[in-house]
Amino acid sequence: MSLKKISKDQPEKFEFDQQSLEAAKKILSNYPKGKEKSAVMALLYIAQRQNNNWIPLSAIKYIAKFLNMPYIKVYEVATFYSMYNLSPVGNFHVQICTTTPCMIRGAYKIVDICKKKISEKENVLSKNGNCSWTEVECLGACINAPMMQINNDYYEDLDIRQSEKIIDEVLLGKKPKPGSYRGRINSEPENNRKTLLNLKNA
Amino acid sequence: MLKDEDRIFKNLYNDLGADLNSSKKRGDWTNTKDLCKKGRDWIIDEVKKSELRGRGGAGFPTGLKWSFAPKEVGSRPHYLVINADESEPGTCKDRDILRFEPHKLLEGCLIAAYAVNSHKCYIYLRGEYYNEGIELQKAIDEAYKDNLIGKNASGTGWDLDIYIHYGAGAYICGEETALLESIEGNKGQPRLKPPFPALVGLYGCPTIVNNVETVSVVPTILRKGSKWFASLGKPKNTGTKIFCISGNVNKPCNVEEEMGVPLKDLIETHAGGVVGGWENLQAVIPGGSSMPLLNKEISEKITMDFDSLVANKSGLGTAGIVVINKDQDIIKCFARIARFYKHESCGQCTPCREGSGWMWRILERMAKGEASREEVEMLFDVTKQIEGHTICAFGEGSAWPVQGLLRNFKKEIIKRNNFDPLIRSNKDIPYLVDQHLLEKDNAQNKS
Repeated sequence: MSLKKISKDQPEKFEFDQQSLEAAKKILSNYPKGKEKSAVMALLYIAQRQNNNWIPLSAIKYIAKFLNMPYIKVYEVATFYSMYNLSPVGNFHVQICTTTPCMIRGAYKIVDICKKKISEKENVLSKNGNCSWTEVECLGACINAPMMQINNDYYEDLDIRQSEKIIDEVLLGKKPKPGSYRGRINSEPENNRKTLLNLKNA
Repeated sequence: MLKDEDRIFKNLYNDLGADLNSSKKRGDWTNTKDLCKKGRDWIIDEVKKSELRGRGGAGFPTGLKWSFAPKEVGSRPHYLVINADESEPGTCKDRDILRFEPHKLLEGCLIAAYAVNSHKCYIYLRGEYYNEGIELQKAIDEAYKDNLIGKNASGTGWDLDIYIHYGAGAYICGEETALLESIEGNKGQPRLKPPFPALVGLYGCPTIVNNVETVSVVPTILRKGSKWFASLGKPKNTGTKIFCISGNVNKPCNVEEEMGVPLKDLIETHAGGVVGGWENLQAVIPGGSSMPLLNKEISEKITMDFDSLVANKSGLGTAGIVVINKDQDIIKCFARIARFYKHESCGQCTPCREGSGWMWRILERMAKGEASREEVEMLFDVTKQIEGHTICAFGEGSAWPVQGLLRNFKKEIIKRNNFDPLIRSNKDIPYLVDQHLLEKDNAQNKS
């Protein structure tokens, strides 16, 4: 169970805009009749995307009405899963994986950089309100450790210098190039490939 | 080393492209119709004969699981659910299948759905894999367009719809019943078993839940024959497997190898060896963080298959190998794993909810040398209180790594935490106070 801080500043009203409404209707058609509740996770994502990366309580109420669910059931889902942000995280949400496989390859050095450059504490917006950082559990890119996720993209095979550069760019409001920062191709062993060589050279 | 022609995932490193045309060139979707025409019983029988065991961690025989689905569809529809909620620390194999071999997965979905009488398939994808989801959706759209899935999928006369359902960052949703709860729109807390999902699953209907890798290898097994698959690996531990080798190795990578490959071969040949040389090896986690560690002596000789690892008090799990060398503080490493479980416990069962945090706090103290000697036994006792006392296997998952640490590194822990618990001055510890510490305080105050 993750701890959730719910923002004190809450907008009064929330409604899906046209684009979100269409996306929501499309999602609803994925599930059998009478099981619309299944769409709650996807709708929370849609609300989060529309509302600059976080979900206000009014959106939770809106979704509850939309799906004909009790408010508390939607609230329960929104607070259970760690990827729903219930307070503002800025345009760039930096998530650093610090679970053991990343930790032993130096993930906490990246945490130190974020502390220095973004904010002293986790989940606190940077001075310019542009981004925030948080430690997260395994993001499933262990062979590319250490790594971080910024919004939807993975930044892999990092070192101190590269991480500093990425964070600097993000603070300026630019999106850095995702992928491996050691120039390696996907998950292959760098310069040590012993398999499927005829395909590589083809 | 496994011969290249026996590798199932030819595009593991994306040399060839993941799109439909490239996939067809590799043999995907070539004779799906003929395979299905041979009938459900033939498919399930072939999978049984191949001795394929689930690749998601538990290693349950796949053919057997499929045969649990009711033979005839009754009043309730059947569902196929693919578990792509890969979140076990050390594991990143499904990510590459989703990115680079999505058509192997989709074809597997069609065959599996046909075999278990299902018209609907949900792929539960972990929320963080947003870009992988886009790639997968692209592949699904391509397959619909080419009439490979949808109405009369691949000309089999069977209708199949495939949908992606995004998770939202909860490790527990990799547990099959928690995953079903999550699809139903609830918080992901596991259900009691029985009834098993094969009879009462998604929306109360018969549901088969399989891992991505399991389903993705099925088309190749049917094409090349169960004999071929069973000839690889060892008896009861057949076929090939994607191993993820991470941690303190020179060239961390994913590689597909035969089951029963020696661990040392994987590390030395494919992953470029341990950082600082083999002598610098401290421990290896063989199958994702839930599996107890192996010490250097065992790592030297062990082969990577379900049964050999169980015989050495560990398990193959997801085959996510984490190599830890002597430059690392082993207690700190496992304190971090314990923190992972504390964070990810769903909070439904008390032993796990309380115990996972308890283990974490003790281990954090132990890493700093602030625990007392008798707390080593206490920690072992806590793991035993969790193991087997929870609804799902998460309890074992959190307790086993700590037990593995205690089995192999007890001396090291005691060396660092060697003070007498009765000396009160040593007990001024600036962390959350654990219950057993309070108890002793109470006892001393009384006397």
